[in-house]
Parts: sequence; structure tokens; C-alpha cells
Amino acid sequence: MPDIMMNGAAGRDHVGELCLSGKGVTKVYGMGARRTVAVDHVDFEFRKGEVISIVGESGSGKTTLVKMLLALTSVTEGDIYFMGGKRDITTRQKKHDYWRGIQAIFQDPFSSYNIFHKIDAVLLDCINMRGGKGFSKEKKTEMMSEACKFVNLEFKELTNKYPFELSGGQMQRLMIARIFLLQPRILLADEPTSMIDACSRATILDMLLNLRAEIGMTIIFVTHDIGLAYYVSDTVYIMERGRFVEFGGADDVILRPSAEYTRRLIQDVPKIHEPWDFTKRSPRAVLT
Amino acid sequence: MAKVMLDVKELTTKYITRFNEDVYAVDRVSFQVEEGKSLGIAGESGCGKSTLALSLMGYYFAPLRYMSGSIKIDGREITSMKPDDARRSVLGAEIAYIPQAAMNALNPTQKIIRFIEDVIQAHDTSKTRKDIRDMARQRFEALNLPADVLDKHAVELSGGMKQRTVIAISTILSPKVLIADEPSSALDVTSQKMVIKMIFDLMRDGFIRSMIFITHELPLLYNVTDDIAVMYAGQFVEVGPAEQTVFDPIHPYSRGLMRSIIVPEAGAREQKLEAIPGTPPNLKKPPAGCRFAQRCKFASPQCRATEAAFTTIGGGRGYRCVYPEERLREVYAHA
Repeated sequence: MPDIMMNGAAGRDHVGELCLSGKGVTKVYGMGARRTVAVDHVDFEFRKGEVISIVGESGSGKTTLVKMLLALTSVTEGDIYFMGGKRDITTRQKKHDYWRGIQAIFQDPFSSYNIFHKIDAVLLDCINMRGGKGFSKEKKTEMMSEACKFVNLEFKELTNKYPFELSGGQMQRLMIARIFLLQPRILLADEPTSMIDACSRATILDMLLNLRAEIGMTIIFVTHDIGLAYYVSDTVYIMERGRFVEFGGADDVILRPSAEYTRRLIQDVPKIHEPWDFTKRSPRAVLT
Repeated sequence: MAKVMLDVKELTTKYITRFNEDVYAVDRVSFQVEEGKSLGIAGESGCGKSTLALSLMGYYFAPLRYMSGSIKIDGREITSMKPDDARRSVLGAEIAYIPQAAMNALNPTQKIIRFIEDVIQAHDTSKTRKDIRDMARQRFEALNLPADVLDKHAVELSGGMKQRTVIAISTILSPKVLIADEPSSALDVTSQKMVIKMIFDLMRDGFIRSMIFITHELPLLYNVTDDIAVMYAGQFVEVGPAEQTVFDPIHPYSRGLMRSIIVPEAGAREQKLEAIPGTPPNLKKPPAGCRFAQRCKFASPQCRATEAAFTTIGGGRGYRCVYPEERLREVYAHA
């Protein structure tokens, strides 16, 4: 497996053809005096195998964009293109087909599961969704064990348990095991690590990037953590009030930002090698 | 030497579950915070950070139970007090606590000034509503908060403003110690910065005299506090000045934590993030030897058998490991 953590220039080598793109995508909530433009004519191009981050503050429209990409809410104006063609989600069946190609991990692992379904059922569902309904019981168990092993969980210890019996980090890892089984073309990760501590965050990121290397998936991180965006992404989009104010390679956007908003956002993040406004101590030399 | 505001010695507290099981969430924790200083507490979820915060306030309601040790706030012992007495005479006036989701604590039907009246009148019934309003207005102005917030309801304020308002309310009696438990983790970076600025203003103006700041965001801790204590499975495994603890950690767990830091800085992308394998031990049955031994890649059979003592070294630093510092450094050099 390639060293996917070095995903700067090296990571872009396996970036392929266009898989998800949008032109003039707009979402308007309400009407009249209460009309709010949450996403305002945004254009984007996400390529196969690419890791993209959409960064913005609370209320910048990130989650609305995610909902549109996941076909959970309608698009007011503009078009979304999926795998070369215009996205067609006009019927229930077509929507289901679309969801086979795009999956999501949400912020709160505690509310991502059906509390009445045991873990085996959660994983079995994924196998069935990928057309594995007719597989033998042994084959299904083997697949589930493999998925759990990928995220450092022991399938034997999970059988007959409910998701809420796990810790937050374990639940989020189980979510990745689901993705491992589903093998979508695109994974939308909406603040996947904001509710878990820094230590488990490293594990989750590591697993997601391994998964990208394994199945050549596109990962779209939606986050307000600019440090995380810089660390994992090939391309970063900065969103302010429903518009992309800047996008480009991670190094360009984070280290040499051109938009005022991006500069301010980066300035506000506490750092350890560079000065921060309220720091109690002088900055240390940049990493050697 | 500056006056010691908070002096904690060998504090041990536990939870008793409904199945009568003991969970030792804080185990023999000792530290001091001097006047004008701040101590940051770092550690994974479930390592006892928040339980330590609750224990420090003398707030022992079931299932939390005090076991042993002492807590002195400005020389006054509080562990012997009844929880209700502690709430009346210690909470708010001596020690204030800002919980993680503090902004959700505001009753939506009340104006902000009502909360301030509640806090002040609980401790001093002689104050009139006018006195309280004047006091609140002065404090809000000193902290650069608009005074018209006092007559607003919580729903009219943004998340960051709500959090700052809660901090202003809880520190209105100028407590000697402020415990901030993840005060900014629910906020975005811009609001977070404003909350931190406000905490610095409180310290600078003497409205709070010392602080304990709990978070798992290490870059924030590094910038905000003077000292950092790393907590693992209910124990302090390393204590020292922020700079040294972040850049030159001694304990293998602290070293692991520091390697999980992500910041948007040049060179950060080339660093390999290191995750600590495994999960913290179950505190119902803590392991016999060193509590970190199961996850420590440098552990030897000795670690699993012998409980590590807390060793103090010069410069305000200390760590809890079976090995001496030189040996650890040697091991790291070859890792």
C-alpha cells in the first residue's frame, strides 16, 4: 500500500477523471422577506481518488451543500453531474442507485445508527445493498470480519451488541467498516472527527485515507478544522456565505491564501510553531 | 513564590454505578495552581478530566463519591464540607465552572440579567436589583460585551455570544479559580478566539485569579495555559510547563498525544500522524501495573507488574513511569 499520508504531490498521482461536479448550484430557503440564499451559484469539480475539503464557519452553507450532494434536499437552481452525466434522481429507484455511489459519515456517531439494529444487522445491510444477498452465511461473516479488521475492531466481540454499547471512536470506526463494505465511489465526511478526541482523530483519518488507497474512492471532507483540511486534502474549497471564495491545491490555499476570508480563518486557528494572537509564548522555529 | 490558589493533594474520587461497581475516575491526583497562573489538562475522552473538574468543586452528589485527599482553595479545605454547603459557599464565589455545553444552560424564557441576579443573590441577599444591574453593566463593559445583552433572551444571541455571556455570568463574583471544561469546543475558530480573548481579559483584570483549562485540543492548550497536565485513566501521567510538555514530552502517552497534533502550518503535511493503538482501560478494573502498559509500545513485563510512581524532576516537571527519564529518552532516540 502506498504511504498515503504523504498525500501532497504524491497523492495527486492517482487522481483520475471527473466523478462529481456542479454548475451554478444554488439553494434558497424560504421566500419573500424570509428568503435566504444558503448556497449561491457554486461551481465545483471533484475527481476520482481525490481528497477534497470544504472549509467554512458555522452558517456558511457547508451542510446545505452536503445535503444537495447527497440528494437529501432539492437543488433550487443549477445542475449536479455524476460520473460524466447529469445526475438523475427523479425516481425512487434512481435515487437508490445514486446512493450506491455516494455515501456519508456524519459528525455525531451516536445518532447515525438505528438503535434497534444490532451491529451484525448494520453490516449485513451493507452486504445486501452491494448485491450480496445470495452469499452463504460463512461468506457474509468473512466479509464482515474483514471489514471490522480493517478498522481495528474484532467482529467476534461485536456480534449481538448494539451500536450504543460502543465508544464514540469505535462507532465512527464501525461507520468506516460500513463504507469498506459498501465501496462507494464518493464518500462525504461531514465533520467526521469533530466529536472525538485528537488521538482517535488520527486513527480515523488514517483509516479513511487507507480506504481511499484501497478502493480508489473520492473523499469530500466538510469541516471547520482548517488544520485537518490541510493535512488530508489534495484540494481545498473555502466557503463563505454560500459561495466559494477560494479553491485550489492545499498548499496554495493554506500557505499562500489569496482571499481575505481565508487569511482570517487561518489566523484564528491556534498554532504551535507560528504566532497566534493571544499566545502566551513566542513561536518556535518551524518544524525541521 | 506566588500565593497558591488551588492546592490539591492525592485526591481520589470514584463513581458508584447502580450495579454497585466502583469506577475510580480520579486516582491520587496532586497539583498546585498559583495566583495568576493557569493549568491545562489534556487527555483522551473518558480519562477523567471532567470528573476531576467536578471533584475539585466539592460537588459530591451520587454517583460521584469523595474517597481521600485534600483540596484547598486559597488555604481553605473544602473536602470536609457537605455538598450543599459547598454549593452555597464555594461554588461561584471561590470556584466557578464552565461546562462544555454551557451555552445550552440558559433558560430560554429568562432575560440574561435574571441569571446574574440569581447568582449574586444566592450569595449576598443584601444586594438590590439596581446594584446588581450596575455591577453587571460594569463587568460586561470591562469584558467588551455589549451591555444591551443583559435585557435579551438567550435565543437572541449567537453561539459564541451565548458562551461568552455564560462565562461572564459564572465569573460575576470574581472567583479565585475558574474551571473551563472545553469552553470552546462547540464553536468555530473565530468565536473560539473571542472566548479565549475574554478569558485572558478576565485574568488580566483580576476577575479570576487562577484557571484550570480542560481540552483535548493541544494547540489551544499550548497557547492558553502556563502549565499542562496530561491525564490518563484517572491519573496525571505528566505535568510540566506548556512549552516543554508539548515539545519535549517525557511520558510515552504524552509523546503519543503530541504526535496527534494537526495544525495548518508549513511542514505539517509531511509529518506522519501517530495514533496510539487500543483504548483506555476499564476503570472498574484498572490493570495491576502501569495503566498505560497495554498500549505502550515501549512496555516491558516489569511495567505490567509494577505500578509506576509519580517522579518529580526539576523545573516544575514530573511524570509517572516505571523507567527513569534518561532511559525513556534513550528509547525514544532509537524509536
